[in-house]
Amino acid sequence: MTQPMPTRRATLLGAAALPLAAGLAAPRARAAGKPIRIGVLNDMSGPYRDTTGQLSVACTQLAVKEFAASKGLTVEVLSADHQNKPDVGAGIARQWFDRDDVDMIMDVPTSSVALAVNSVCREKNKVFINSGAATTGLTGKQCSPNTVHYTYDTWMLARSTGGNTVKSGGDTWYFVTADYVFGHELEEITARFVTEAKGKVLGHSVYPFPGTTDFSSFLLAAQAAGAKVLGLANAGTDTVNCVKQAHEFGLAPAMRVAALLMTIPDVHALGLATARGLLLTESFYWNLNDRTRAFTARAKPVLGGRMANMIQAGCYAGTLHYLKAVAEMGVDAAKADGAAVVARMKAMPTDDDVFGPGKIRADGQLLVPSYLFEVKTPEQSKGEWDYYNLLATTAPGEAWQPVDPGCPLVKA
Amino acid sequence: MFTIFGIPGPLLFGQLLLGLINGAFYAMLSLGLAVIFGLLNIINFAHGALFMMGAFVAWMLLNYAGIGYWWALLLAPLIVGAFGLVLERTLISRLYKLDHLYGLLLTFGLALVIEGLFRNEYGSSGMPYQIPSALQGATNLGFMFLPNYRGWVVVAALVVCLATWLLIEKTKLGAMLRAATENAPLVQAFGVNVPRMVTLTYAGGVALAALAGVLAAPIYSVNPNMGSSFINTVFAVVVIGGMGSIIGSVLTGFGLGIIEGLTKVFYPEASATVVFVVMAIVLLTRPAGLFGKAA
Repeated sequence: MTQPMPTRRATLLGAAALPLAAGLAAPRARAAGKPIRIGVLNDMSGPYRDTTGQLSVACTQLAVKEFAASKGLTVEVLSADHQNKPDVGAGIARQWFDRDDVDMIMDVPTSSVALAVNSVCREKNKVFINSGAATTGLTGKQCSPNTVHYTYDTWMLARSTGGNTVKSGGDTWYFVTADYVFGHELEEITARFVTEAKGKVLGHSVYPFPGTTDFSSFLLAAQAAGAKVLGLANAGTDTVNCVKQAHEFGLAPAMRVAALLMTIPDVHALGLATARGLLLTESFYWNLNDRTRAFTARAKPVLGGRMANMIQAGCYAGTLHYLKAVAEMGVDAAKADGAAVVARMKAMPTDDDVFGPGKIRADGQLLVPSYLFEVKTPEQSKGEWDYYNLLATTAPGEAWQPVDPGCPLVKA
Repeated sequence: MFTIFGIPGPLLFGQLLLGLINGAFYAMLSLGLAVIFGLLNIINFAHGALFMMGAFVAWMLLNYAGIGYWWALLLAPLIVGAFGLVLERTLISRLYKLDHLYGLLLTFGLALVIEGLFRNEYGSSGMPYQIPSALQGATNLGFMFLPNYRGWVVVAALVVCLATWLLIEKTKLGAMLRAATENAPLVQAFGVNVPRMVTLTYAGGVALAALAGVLAAPIYSVNPNMGSSFINTVFAVVVIGGMGSIIGSVLTGFGLGIIEGLTKVFYPEASATVVFVVMAIVLLTRPAGLFGKAA
C-alpha cells in the first residue's frame, strides 16, 4: 500500500491573532512570563484526516480564543502530523516537550500512537488530553496521572450501539471484523453486550486489514446466516465500503447496519441515500440541544463549511477545561507540573457547550452521556448536515466502563 | 441442500460469481498496465492514481456540471486520457532511453503527488456517488441475489478487454504498434510517426484505468487512496500473467478474482495474501509469467 506522504508539518499557528499580538506588544502584568503551549497531534494526511485533522486544531484554537484572552493567558497552539505511526508520534511529542516547551498534547487518534504519547507525557510530567483514540487501555492498565480521556472509547461505543440495538429488537447479530486489535476488541465487547441483553451472535467474518476493498462475500455470508443486525467492527474507508456495498446488495430492510465506529464526516462521505437507517454512537452532535447549536454557531467560521464530529468538538471541550485549571493554578505552577494540572482538572466539574456538565473520574475518564443515533433518510433531512435522529441516551453513570482495577491510580 | 467442503453449494456459487466480478476490475486495470508496459517499457506506478482520478472526474462531472453516470463513462476516460497525454509528452517521454527504474520512480512520485493534491482538496473520507437508476435493484439468480450493477460491471469489463485485444492483435493500427515495439527506427523509416503512436498508447492505457475508476465509483468509496488499495494486487496480476501480455493479464485478472473469492469462503484472513502466494509460486516455476515469453 502506498504510504501517506511523508510530510511533517510542525506548523506553528498563532492561536488567534490576539494572544500573539499581546506577546509582541508590551505584555500586561499577568501575561508576562512564558506562554502556555498546546500541541495538537493527529492525522493530517491519512485515513483519519477528516475525522480529526485540521478541524481538531480549529476547535482547540476556538477554546483558546474564547477563554485565554478573558483570563489574560497567553496560549499558543502548534500542530503536527503523526502519520498514524507510534514512533513518529512519540518523536514529535519528545521534540515538543524538550525543544518547543509544549505543556499539553491534544487529540492523538490511532490507539497505538496514543499509548506511545501517553508514556512520553508521563515521563516528562506533561499533560495528555486524548480525544481521538478509542482504546480503553488509557484508563485501564496504562492509565496515567498525566492523562485525561475525553469523548469516546470502544467500551462506550459497544455499550450504546450494542446494548440499545438489542433492546429495540435487533437481537441476532453478524459481525464483519477488521483483523487487528481494534476490530477484535470492538467485536468482543459488543458481542458481550448483545448476549447480556439476551441477543445472539450468529457468526462473524474476519477480513485482512488493510488491503480489503470488496466486502460482498462477507455480506453474503451475513445474509445467509439470517441475522437481523450487521455489526461493522472496523473504521474509516472500510466502514464506508461496507455500508455502500450493503446498500447495493439490498441488506435493508431485513437487516439493519450498526456501524460501531462512525462519525459525521463518514456519513457525509456516504450521502444520506446510502447511509439512511445506519445506527451509530457519538457523544456530540451539532444539532443535539441548544448548547451544541450555540457551540456550532460560534465554531462555524473556523470549520470551513464542514461540521465537527465528537472527536473534534471534544478537542474544544478538553482544551477549555485544561485552561480553566491552568487559570486557577497560575501559569508557572501549571508549566512546572503536568500531573498537578490533571489532578486539578479532576477536582473541578467540567461544563462546556459540547458535552454539557460532567466530571473526570480518578482514572482519567470523562463521564458524559452517549447517544445512539439513526441516520435520517434524504426525505427526513431538512438541510445540509441534518443527518441524525436521536434514538437513545445512555446516562454518564452507565455509558462508560466501570473503573478497571488494573489502573494503579484507583487503588489508592 | 448439497455442500462442498462443508460450505453450502449456493453460497459457494455466489462467492465464485463475486470473485469473477472483482476479477473484472483486476483485468481492466492490469490490461492498461500491460499495454503500457508492452509498448512503452514503462512500469506505470501512477495507474492507481489515474484510476482514482477517473472516479473523481465522474464525481466532479455530476456535482459541478450535472452530467450523470452514462456520459461520465465516456467523458471521464477522455479527460483523464488527455491528462495522461500531457504527462507522457512532458515527463515520461524523457525517460525512454534510461533504465526501467527511472520510469518506476517517476510514476511512483506522480502517484504520490496526484493523491496528495486530491487529499488536500477533497479530504480522505470520500465522496458519495450513487448507482445509476437504470442499474439499481437486483436479480434473484436462485443461488444468490445479484445486484444489477455488478452484472453490468462484468459485461462492460469483458467487452472492453475483448475490444482492446482485437484492436491490438487484429487491426492494422495494432500491427504497427506491435512492430514499433520490436523495432522503432525501422517502423519510423516506413513513415509512421512512432512518438505520436507511443503517446496515444499511454493515453489509451490511462483512459482504461479511468474507465475502471468510473465503473468502481458507485460501489467503492471514492477517496484519494482508492487506487493504492487496488494497485498492489493489480501489479501481482500483471507479473503472474507475464509482463506485457494482454491476454495473460486479462485471464489472470479474472482467475485471481476467483481464487481470492474462494479464499474468502474458506479462510478469509488469508484473502489479501493469497494473490502474492500465487505470484511467488508462478515466479519460481515460470519466471516470465504464465503467458510471458522468456526473454
